Amino acid sequence: MIIAEILSYGFLARALAVGFLISLTASLLGVSLVLRRYSMIGDGLSHVGFGALGIAAVLSISPMAVTIPVVVAAAFLLLRMSERDTGGDSAIALISSSALAIGVIAVSLGGVNTDLNAFLFGSILSVSRSDAIISAIAASVTLAAYLVFYHQIYASTFDPAFARATGIRCERYTSLLAVLSAVMIVVGMRMLGSLLISSLMIFPAMAAMRVARTYFSVSIIAAAESVIAFIIGFIASYAFSLPTGASIVVTHMAFFCIAYAAGRIRSRL
Amino acid sequence: MTLMQGRDITIGYEGDVVIPDFTFTVEQGDYICIVGENGSGKSTFVKTILGLIEPLKGRIAYNGLRGNEIGYLPQRPLIQRDFPSSVMEVVLSGCLNRHRGMFRYAPHEKEKALSVLKRLGMDGRAGDSYQELSGGQQQRVLLARALMATEKLLLLDEPAAGLDPRTSSQMYGIVSSLNSQGITILMVTHDIHPVLNDAKTVFHFSHRSFYQGSKDDYFHTEMGRVFLKEAGHDHS
Repeated sequence: MIIAEILSYGFLARALAVGFLISLTASLLGVSLVLRRYSMIGDGLSHVGFGALGIAAVLSISPMAVTIPVVVAAAFLLLRMSERDTGGDSAIALISSSALAIGVIAVSLGGVNTDLNAFLFGSILSVSRSDAIISAIAASVTLAAYLVFYHQIYASTFDPAFARATGIRCERYTSLLAVLSAVMIVVGMRMLGSLLISSLMIFPAMAAMRVARTYFSVSIIAAAESVIAFIIGFIASYAFSLPTGASIVVTHMAFFCIAYAAGRIRSRL
Repeated sequence: MTLMQGRDITIGYEGDVVIPDFTFTVEQGDYICIVGENGSGKSTFVKTILGLIEPLKGRIAYNGLRGNEIGYLPQRPLIQRDFPSSVMEVVLSGCLNRHRGMFRYAPHEKEKALSVLKRLGMDGRAGDSYQELSGGQQQRVLLARALMATEKLLLLDEPAAGLDPRTSSQMYGIVSSLNSQGITILMVTHDIHPVLNDAKTVFHFSHRSFYQGSKDDYFHTEMGRVFLKEAGHDHS
């Protein structure tokens, strides 16, 4: 009945649908990101997204129009940096905090019209009809691209040396992954907030890797965990009037702890 | 039949010559060991024949081999130890270069994967977790993946590195039996045993120079004798 109640509000039903798609897509991308040791990049991108969002707010431009290109460009920059042997992680940390600082200043210049809290921690109220449509399209395209190139992404993640030797252009799939992740982060940031969105990519993969041992089962379990945790978190936030993004992340955390325990028990048996 | 030939080619990176003007041929059915010290140009050579870098001068002619028909077994440390993957997933990824279907592998691709695993003594392990296998078993799975890519030419980069003596001699035994089934072998190695026991031809790389010769000829050259001596096989 609580679900029926949620669905009776147009904006909540919209947020539920968009969140469902974002959770599904983010979890699948997250599996590749985690396995490629790119988790920090996801985090860095969300901070860059916040900075871009702040600037868009000050200049009163459409937020998506600014954030998507900025975050995609940042994705390529951060990827390049992480491929360097030394100093890459420090550079990512510097870019993250710089972007966050710029965003905070931009938001404060914007005055009372912009809500810092909503940018940092997300707000389901910020999902307008046009946002919902853009988000749904972006998430569907990302999902489709991921499924079409599933085997190629697997091969270039598992063993790039072999994949290259058999004619798979690994760099293309790395770029594809970077673009898809950037788009997902921008789209998801509105609802979950820039501080929390990267956990949506990382938690499902980490939880699934505790309990599953094949790439396929890790992907399926990550997707299922992500969607279920989203729905539980979303309902909990409605039922107990909690912040949506934080409720979802805490649910993910609980699932991760369960998966971790299950993994430990299994390895003891 | 000549499978691959480079005539007067120069290899290196972006203008930095590693080995100038040399000629090599790979005959069908041959078992070639690629030897030489670290930094002598073995890896550059491997990358060149895989088509990952272009020769600085000349070109390599592939005869009866299409561009990506080399079954490659990379050096081991490059694969993450905690990567979740089933044996079947790893092996099937070997035929991705010819894979046409969008989502699923075709039944004949799956059958082939199972038969290749069986050939390498890994039958019944298709569903197992790759990360939980022993080092030797992991190498067999990667060899199976290479065989999915081609049945003509295998390029093995130190296939026994990090394996214990028993497992590495098993590995060499498998490679040797594949060779006797008609598969051409190109193997980078620091280990003297496959060179002495199994190789027919030796490619020796040393600083800016290249030697190709039959195994017997090689061990009569100065560098061949040095290699024997350094490996503790100096019986002269």
